[in-house]
Amino acid sequence: MLNKSTTILSGILLLCISLSSFSQEKKEIKLENYFGDLKAREIGPAVMSGRISDMENHPTDPMIIYAGSAGGGVWKSNDAGTTFYPIFDDHCQSIGALEIDPNDPDNTIYVGTGEPWPRNSVSTGDGIYKSTDGGNNWDKIGLENSERIANIIVNPENSNEVYVAVLGALWSDNKERGVYKSVDGGNTWENILYLNESTGCADLAMDPTNPNILYASMWEFRRTAWSFNSGGENSALYKSTDGGENWNKIHNGFPEGKLGRLAIGVSESNPSTLYTVIEAEKNEDKGLYRSVDGGKNWEQKNNDFGITVRPFYFSRIVVDPRDENTVVKAGLYGSISKDGGETFESLGNMHPDIHDMVFDINNSDVMYVGTDGGVYRSWNKGVTMEIVENLPLSQFYHISVDNEEPYNIYGGLQDNGSWYGPSFAAGGISAKNWNPVGQGDGFRVLRHPTKNIIYSEMQGAENVWRYDVDNNLVKTIQPLPVKGYEEYRFNWNAPIEISKNNPDRIYIGSQYLHKSDDMGNSWDIISPDLTTNDKSKQNQEDSGGLSMDNSGAENHTTIFTVTESPLNENIIWVGTDDGNVQVTSDGGKNWKNVIENIEGVPNNTWVYHIEASTQNENVAYAVFDGHTSGDMKAYAYKTSDLGKTWKNIIPNNDVTGFVRNIQVDYVNEDLLFLGTELGVYITINGGDNWSRFAKNVPPVAVHYMELQEKTNDLVMGTHGRGVIIIDDISPLREINDKSLDEKLYFFSKDEFTIQEYGGFSDSFGRETQFFGANSSLSCEIQYLLPKRHTFGKMTMEIQDMDGNKITTLTPGKSKGINTVSWGYNMRAPKIAKAKTLSFGGFTSPTVPAGKYKAVIKKGRDTFEKVINVSYKNNAGLSSEDRKFQFETVMKLFNMTEDLAYTVYTIDEIISSEEMSKKTKSKFDELKKKLVITTGDNYVGAAKKQLREKMADLYSKVASSYDIPSENELDNLKLIEKEMVSAKNSYNKLLKKVDLSKLNLKTYDEFVNE
Amino acid sequence: MKKLNKLILIAIASILTISVNAQSVDEIIETYFENTGGAENWENVQGMKMNASINQMGMEIPIEMVQFKDKMYTKISVQGMEIKQGVFDGETLWSTNFMSMKAEKSDQEDVDNVRNELAEFPDPFLNYREKGFTAELMGTESIEGSDVFKIKLTKTPMVIDGEEIPNVSIYYFDSENYVPIMVHEEVMDGPGKGMIMESKMSDYQEVEGLYMPFSMTQGVKDQPGQPITISSIELNPTVDESEFEFPESTEEENN
Repeated sequence: MLNKSTTILSGILLLCISLSSFSQEKKEIKLENYFGDLKAREIGPAVMSGRISDMENHPTDPMIIYAGSAGGGVWKSNDAGTTFYPIFDDHCQSIGALEIDPNDPDNTIYVGTGEPWPRNSVSTGDGIYKSTDGGNNWDKIGLENSERIANIIVNPENSNEVYVAVLGALWSDNKERGVYKSVDGGNTWENILYLNESTGCADLAMDPTNPNILYASMWEFRRTAWSFNSGGENSALYKSTDGGENWNKIHNGFPEGKLGRLAIGVSESNPSTLYTVIEAEKNEDKGLYRSVDGGKNWEQKNNDFGITVRPFYFSRIVVDPRDENTVVKAGLYGSISKDGGETFESLGNMHPDIHDMVFDINNSDVMYVGTDGGVYRSWNKGVTMEIVENLPLSQFYHISVDNEEPYNIYGGLQDNGSWYGPSFAAGGISAKNWNPVGQGDGFRVLRHPTKNIIYSEMQGAENVWRYDVDNNLVKTIQPLPVKGYEEYRFNWNAPIEISKNNPDRIYIGSQYLHKSDDMGNSWDIISPDLTTNDKSKQNQEDSGGLSMDNSGAENHTTIFTVTESPLNENIIWVGTDDGNVQVTSDGGKNWKNVIENIEGVPNNTWVYHIEASTQNENVAYAVFDGHTSGDMKAYAYKTSDLGKTWKNIIPNNDVTGFVRNIQVDYVNEDLLFLGTELGVYITINGGDNWSRFAKNVPPVAVHYMELQEKTNDLVMGTHGRGVIIIDDISPLREINDKSLDEKLYFFSKDEFTIQEYGGFSDSFGRETQFFGANSSLSCEIQYLLPKRHTFGKMTMEIQDMDGNKITTLTPGKSKGINTVSWGYNMRAPKIAKAKTLSFGGFTSPTVPAGKYKAVIKKGRDTFEKVINVSYKNNAGLSSEDRKFQFETVMKLFNMTEDLAYTVYTIDEIISSEEMSKKTKSKFDELKKKLVITTGDNYVGAAKKQLREKMADLYSKVASSYDIPSENELDNLKLIEKEMVSAKNSYNKLLKKVDLSKLNLKTYDEFVNE
Repeated sequence: MKKLNKLILIAIASILTISVNAQSVDEIIETYFENTGGAENWENVQGMKMNASINQMGMEIPIEMVQFKDKMYTKISVQGMEIKQGVFDGETLWSTNFMSMKAEKSDQEDVDNVRNELAEFPDPFLNYREKGFTAELMGTESIEGSDVFKIKLTKTPMVIDGEEIPNVSIYYFDSENYVPIMVHEEVMDGPGKGMIMESKMSDYQEVEGLYMPFSMTQGVKDQPGQPITISSIELNPTVDESEFEFPESTEEENN
């Protein structure tokens, strides 16, 4: 019955599918199904980690700690914060709040997305998620338009009752704000406290002894691209005593006038003791307030800098669960009071900007603190702090690459300076491989194309550094105001660009375009003000609302992106943060604002990036980001006529998340990459269809990308997960209808280089530090399968051109791109059996340079690909040298196998019934000289015998990049002599036995088994 | 023309939804056994011996894996030496130390967990209800470009450090052939706790009327895995009891 219906159903299905394939002229390639083995690798760095927005304990297991990050997802520790691992990589990486269901803490976890500490560079959330299996699987359960969630609380007496503090949209009005409640475990939500479209819930607390008592702080706030406002008539602290049905303001003792961001902390040990931090109109009214009667009355306790600093960024208060008088306040350094808030002292030295902290569930001396530089642990109540070293949460604003081998990645970070580090390092890319090249917040970091000089900058181009790495010389080169021009307006993230036509030329954008042809020693202004120069967007000194906040982060009406055509130095593109796309084709004499020619982009939308084509000087790409006015749409355009007309290259709206960057392939102009707020998207048809690349790239904000020219690696600077690299994207150039029509299509890359990579690596700290994966040094043979191979046999071999097997490999079976790594090795020699292992025998010889065949058998079909292997030859050996080395290796290889066969024969003789005791014992005597027959593999090792000496020399010569030395050859002679003498004794003894009785394997059978 | 396309697409979409919705977890499991030789034939499998190999930088390492409902071993051959790992005789679980080449025992918790695992043999889904397991269809996904059914199988709980914890495997059944092509299992103890172990299966081939994967890749999710190639599988093999026994006096025997 069941089967019948299934058959009928699949029959109909089949019919429909074949119908549809007939009627469609061109197949749409769903690229996400073909990525296959194309994978990304995260390389950190974790040395400075990144911003943490929320910390949470497991309520009963002190080993389990969770950290929610500003832009890098949710991380879990099972070892009290010694190490963390990510558990939320398939979803939005900007985290607002975590909650562990106290009734089912091993399984039920809630994640609210969207960071609640809304600085200018903050990412956005997309709702609330729930896991019922400890974080392995997640479902989105609503509040999709909440943008930011500040808190989640599950009723400790009823898992179905969940309260959520929705802070809501930062950049625009929206209705999804305030306090939400679910009575069915998150299936449905009711808004139980709502004020207006610009006021959200910034903090929410529940009385630990009475789940009907709730405290909610409501905050009126708004950010624009050029200003921030905290505070208003609607900011207030509310209390409900009936599970959120009714709310009352509890302001007795509060200052007069408008309020800003308020925090709330409830003492677990004495729930009538409450703390709040108030942002008020008057500076003297700001600070910590305490109530000892459940919020009826409040008294100001403290007004220190550490308590009042930047309320929008630092507002969390945490009360020691065992002591109502110990209270910790987030802040620039973090503050702790042990006298009920009368006085505070700073927490111990750690990365500044402390956002959240939790006490260990059993021991208040143990604390976990989330900062702009990751998670810190303290064992002495915050006096000294130690950093968690395996959280790669670095937040890049920008990255660039050089052309070294291996190439380096350069970039600047939110609150963490500027750095560079390698794409490959012995043992993996770790903290020690990264070098600082700037201070403050870091943005553009660029390597001079021909000299060992690095340019870097801090916020607002307050300093632009030129760092002569070889001589350790640092010079500041930022353009200074000169006569005849308005005061310069640099963006927080000011664009610096190196010319592709003149290596000493750099550009910097303020509202003007500054150009230097002498590495920044002197500057020319080559444009008028290219922005809208809208004065109403230039009042940054008024920014902040109730607490002035003029960090420079809101500087606006500035140039944000600059690019000189790699093909024509006179063509320069400029994009501004207030929506102008300007182009000159005469090196800056004349500029044209071409924004009017772009249809579909709202006025004044931030021009985030312009990319000039490497193949056609009239072609350029521009992406726009409207999120600072609440417009989350993805915008990307292409011009082929220097900006006169533009084509929308996301015509099908299949990109989620606003766009910050675009990268075009150097070879196939239809292959494009988009860096979005929610990960990276790829198209192979010029934008008609976009697919998100998800393998090891979470939906993290991708701020900048570069395509490394030699390796074809796509290098991404993310704002929350550091640098992520997709190694060698070249196969994507060849995925099309034609290649997908083949049963198996080998990608065209056929030149491979033996790297002969040596050196040392240590493993110190590996237990607890982050180590990023390296790119492969192997020969990566890649092919495309139109369908996954699941049924039947599929094998792969490397053969020489005559079809002799060199080695066997395991083929990939994925639909799409498959990558099989071959270490340029032959098979390892057959080693004589002994009592212990011969470690030298584990070496496989490297093949000589030349042509080889990769042969895949799949079902009845055979597919072949010829590849050419060459040497990198940094050792400088001649081809005669190579030949001699290989011959020596093979001589030892063959001698080793000869010995193995001899020992095999001896073993057969010894164990045979047919032989006399006397004969056996003679063979036994001989065997003891050939192989080790006692001891173990460690310090119980016995004296080395012929097998071990031979294998050691074989391994020494085979592993060397160099020709065999005189000494090695002398040693070889010694071993050969011993072998000859052993064989002589063996042959003599053989005369006494009748081998035909033994049914021995032949030599070939033996070595190839 | 375009309109027709759209209509067909809608028709397909609706059929697909029907078929996905109509698939209950038991239908998928039944079809799996149906497609791989029939549940009754699977029930006849009392033991299995697999000859396999792994390739380490050109070195082919032969592996022999033997499993019964109450005992098992894995034998690795390196340079002609046979090294046994994960050997269980029904009472004692032991492995050979690579340094001393001597057998060493595992603790009772490991023994109990292995005993439960072996009780799943030959396939955890076979009569899973009778074994006290539960299976749940979590939805559909795409794995290595294949559409799959994601099935959560909850088995006999494990005991880790004295605490009983849920024993969950997530199976991904190819929606075309109804065979598992991937399994995810969370590491429950040790330094890797919380990591997801990933096994991928392919090259299903016939063994005495049953279809089994002859190629597997095992490792940690999102990291390169170790491929294992199976050359032959023998059903209900005869294996000497002594193969499973803890060798009390290895040293004496050999000398």
